Amino acid sequence: MSTTPSPVPSTREAVIIGGNRIPFSRAGKKYVRTSNQDMFTAALEGLVARFGLQGERLGEVAGGAVLKHSKNFNLIRESVLGSSLAPTTPAYDVQQACATGLEAAIAVTNKIKLGQIESAIAGGTDTVSDAPIVVSDRLRAALLDANHAKTTGAKIKALLSVRPKDLAPATPSTGEPRTHLSMGEHQAITTAKWGISREAQDEIAYNSHQNLARAWESGFFDDLVTPFKGLTRDDNMRPDTSLEKLAKLKPVFGTKLGESATMTAGNSTPLTDGASAVLFSSREWAEERDLPILAKFVDAETAAVDFVHGHEGLLMAPAAAVPRLLARNGLTLEDIDFFEIHEAFASTVLTTLAAWEDEEYCRTELGLDGAFGKIDRSKLNVNGSSLAAGHPFAATGGRIIATAAKLVAAKAAETGRPARALISVCAAGGLGAVAVVESV
Amino acid sequence: MADQSAPSDKYTVAVNRGFTKTIAKKLGLPRPAILRRYTPDAPLTVGPVLVVSDDASAGDADALAKALLAWDVDVRRSTEGAGDVRWGGVVLVGTSAESPEAVSEAVLTLGSTLRRLAGNGRVVVVSRAPEAGDSPAVAATRAGFEGFTRSVGKELRAGATANGVQLTGGAAVDSASALGTLRFFLSAKSAYVDGQVLPVGPSDTPEDLNWEQPLAGKVAVVTGAARGIGAAIARTLARDGAKVVVVDVPAAGESLAAVANEIKGTSVQLDVTADDAGTKILEATRHLGGIDILVHNAGILRDKLLANMKPAQWDAVIAVNLASQLRINEQLLAAGVEGLRIVSLASTSGIAGNKGQTNYAYSKSGVIGHTAATAPLVAQLGGTANAVAPGFIETEMTRSIPFATREVGRRIIPSLQQGGLPLDVAEAIAFLSSPVAHGVNGQVLRVCGQSMLGK
Repeated sequence: MSTTPSPVPSTREAVIIGGNRIPFSRAGKKYVRTSNQDMFTAALEGLVARFGLQGERLGEVAGGAVLKHSKNFNLIRESVLGSSLAPTTPAYDVQQACATGLEAAIAVTNKIKLGQIESAIAGGTDTVSDAPIVVSDRLRAALLDANHAKTTGAKIKALLSVRPKDLAPATPSTGEPRTHLSMGEHQAITTAKWGISREAQDEIAYNSHQNLARAWESGFFDDLVTPFKGLTRDDNMRPDTSLEKLAKLKPVFGTKLGESATMTAGNSTPLTDGASAVLFSSREWAEERDLPILAKFVDAETAAVDFVHGHEGLLMAPAAAVPRLLARNGLTLEDIDFFEIHEAFASTVLTTLAAWEDEEYCRTELGLDGAFGKIDRSKLNVNGSSLAAGHPFAATGGRIIATAAKLVAAKAAETGRPARALISVCAAGGLGAVAVVESV
Repeated sequence: MADQSAPSDKYTVAVNRGFTKTIAKKLGLPRPAILRRYTPDAPLTVGPVLVVSDDASAGDADALAKALLAWDVDVRRSTEGAGDVRWGGVVLVGTSAESPEAVSEAVLTLGSTLRRLAGNGRVVVVSRAPEAGDSPAVAATRAGFEGFTRSVGKELRAGATANGVQLTGGAAVDSASALGTLRFFLSAKSAYVDGQVLPVGPSDTPEDLNWEQPLAGKVAVVTGAARGIGAAIARTLARDGAKVVVVDVPAAGESLAAVANEIKGTSVQLDVTADDAGTKILEATRHLGGIDILVHNAGILRDKLLANMKPAQWDAVIAVNLASQLRINEQLLAAGVEGLRIVSLASTSGIAGNKGQTNYAYSKSGVIGHTAATAPLVAQLGGTANAVAPGFIETEMTRSIPFATREVGRRIIPSLQQGGLPLDVAEAIAFLSSPVAHGVNGQVLRVCGQSMLGK
C-alpha cells in the first residue's frame, strides 16, 4: 500500500449546518411496516422544519439504503418528492453497504467544494423490519421464462417446472457473497487474531450505552433527532446495563473457534431501523441565510481490504484509510479531539485501535515507519455509538456526521481553539470510509 | 393549510341544519349559532353599521364613521330611512358624555335596533375609562358602560356579540389602536369574544396599516405549538404574514415539524423550563432578523384536589405554565429586545377558579399578575405584554372531558352557548401582537363566548 500523500486539492469549503434523524429502533419494534421511503422522508421533513427549508431548491439530495426493494429504484428522489423541499431538487441513490451515508456525504461535499452545487442533503435509511423478501432463483427463472414464452403451452411448461421447495422465499442476508460467512463470523476471526478480550469488548459496549444515555439526558440530541411514530429516543439504548450483565451473555459469533469466542449480543450491534439526513452547503449559502455553521467537512478517504482470501479481516479497511487521510491533511492522531469509530461490533473498534498500535502491522500492512499510534480513549465515541444507538446500515453515517459536527462546534466554542473529529465507518465487502470534520 | 374555522361540535351543526333544526326549534332546545369566522375576502361585517352617540360625543362618532367608511363599510349615522335593514353592527359612542342622563337617547336608539341586528352582528360600545380626577358624575357615566356592555352581550342571540373599546390616558377615538380594536370587535376575528371591555391607551400610529397581512415582516415565536391551540396560533400568525418559529418539547417533535413545514416556519425542540430557554429562543430567531412577537402558550394540566396534590403535580404545572414565562421574559428583556410584543395564555380557570385545578389556576392567575407587571417594563423598549384567557375551547384536551361536564361548559355557561375554536384564541393573540394593538398593554382579553365564570 502506498503512503504517498495525494495533494490536498485547493477548493472552497463544504460546511455542515446541521443534521436530523429519527430515533433508531430495534428491528421488529416501532417501525414495523414502515418503509425506507417513509423513514427517509421523515428524516428530511425534520431537517426542513429545523432550518426552514420549505420550498427551497437544494443542489441535490443523495443517500441510500442497503436493504432496498427494487421498486425503490429512485428511493431518495421519491422521498424528496414526498417532502416539503422544492420538487425541483435533484436526488440520487448511493449504496456502499454500511458506509452508504458517509459516502453520500463525501459525494455531495465534493460537489460543493467544486462549486457545482451550493447546498445538499446527504443521508441514508434502512429497515430490517420492512426488508425485501425475494423469491428463490428457480422460481424467479420459471416466472421470467413464462413471461417471455410466446405460446400458452410454453408458458404452462415454464410454470410446471416449479417445485414446492422453490416457493420458499430467500430471506435477506447480510452474509458475504464470496465467503458465505456472516459479518459477525468474519469479525470473530479478526477478534481472535488480535486477541481482543471479552472484557475489553464489554467495556466498549457499556461505555456506549452510558455515553449515549448521558447525551440524551443532557439534551444533546434535542436538535439532532425528531421523534417518529411515537418513538422519542433510540429504543436499543440500555442505560441500566452493567458490565456484570454484559458478562453473563453467551457468545453468538465465533463459537466454532472454541475457547476464544467473545462476541455476544451485548457487544455486537443489533439489527435496527432508522434514517438520518445532514445538511451541507458552501459557506456563502449558509451565510446568506444566516444559518448556523457547525463545522466544515474537511476531507475523506475510502479503502478496501482483501478479506476474501483471508489476508485481512473484513472490517479492517478503516485501519488503512485513516493513516492515508491524516497524512494527506498533515494531521496525526494527536490532532484529533473526537474519535467517532462506528461500533459495528465492539471488537471492530478494538481491532482497529490494536492495529494502529502494532508496529509490525503498521510497517508491513500500512507501509508506515512504525506504529501509527495510540488514541486517548477518553476521546472515543464520547456520546455513544452504534452499540447503544443501533445501526440502521445506511443511516449510521448521517448520525455520526451530525454528532461529530456538534461536538467540534461545542468544543471550539468552549476552548476558543479549533477542534477536529475523525469519523470511521467499516462496511461489508471489506470496505471502509473515513472523514475529518473540523470546527469553523 | 388546514381549515381551522369548521365547527367541530356536532350539536351546533345539527341544530342549524335540516330536520334536526326543526326538532330543536319545537323542543325549545338551546340553538347555538354557527359563528362566522374570518376569511380574507369577506366583508368586515355582515351588514351596514350604525354609529350612534350622545350629543357631546357626536364629533368622536363622526370620526369613527369616517374610519369605517375608509374600510368600505356601509355606515349610517341614524336609523331614519333604514327600513328593514339588518344591521351588521351598531357602534355606541359615549366618549364625551358627562352625565348618566345624557346617554339615554343613544342607548335607547341602540336598543331599538337590536331586533334588527343580523346573525353574527356586532355591538361595540366606545367609551372612556373612569380616571382619577373625574367628577363623580363623569365617573358614573363612564363606568356605567361596562356593566351595560356585558348585559347587552347576554341579551344578544344568533352569534351576535357586544364588546367595548375603553379609551384610557386620553387616547384619541381615532388613534390607531382605538380603531384597530374597534375593527377587531366588528370583524369575524372576534367570533368568540363577547362581553369584553378592553382598555386602549395612546399609541404610536404606524404608517400604512396593512389590514390583510398585519404581521408582515414580523418574527413570532410560539411555545407549545405542536398541537391544539398552539398550532392554531402558529397557523394564524403565519396567515397574517409573520415568520413563525414553533417551539415544543423534544418529545412532540414529529407534529411540531409538521406544523413548521405547513406554515413555512422553523421548529425548535426545546423544553421551555430549561434555564437557558430564553437565550435559545433568541438564538433560534437570530437568522430571521430577531424576535418581534413571543406567545407563551406552552402549558400543562395535572388536575388533583389540593388535599391529594403531590409535589410533582404542583411543581410541574408551576414550572411550565408560569416560571418558564418569567425566566424567558427576563432573558429577553435583559437582551434589550426592542418593540417586543408578548402575549401569554391565561385561562378563565385562573380568573374564576376550578375544582381540582388549584395548581393550574395558581399558574394562570400568576400569568395575569406578571403580565400587568411586565407591561411597563416592555413598554420602555416600545413593546407590550398582554394575556388572553380562553374559556371552553374545543380541543383534543376538552374532548376528553365527560359528556355532562362538557355540555355544561359548552352550552350553559357561555352566552354564545358553545365552545370556542382554537382559531378564536389565535385570532385574539394575532390581534394583540399586531402593530395596531400597540396601545393595548397589560390587559387580559377573554375569549370565552361570555362565559359567566369570572370574578
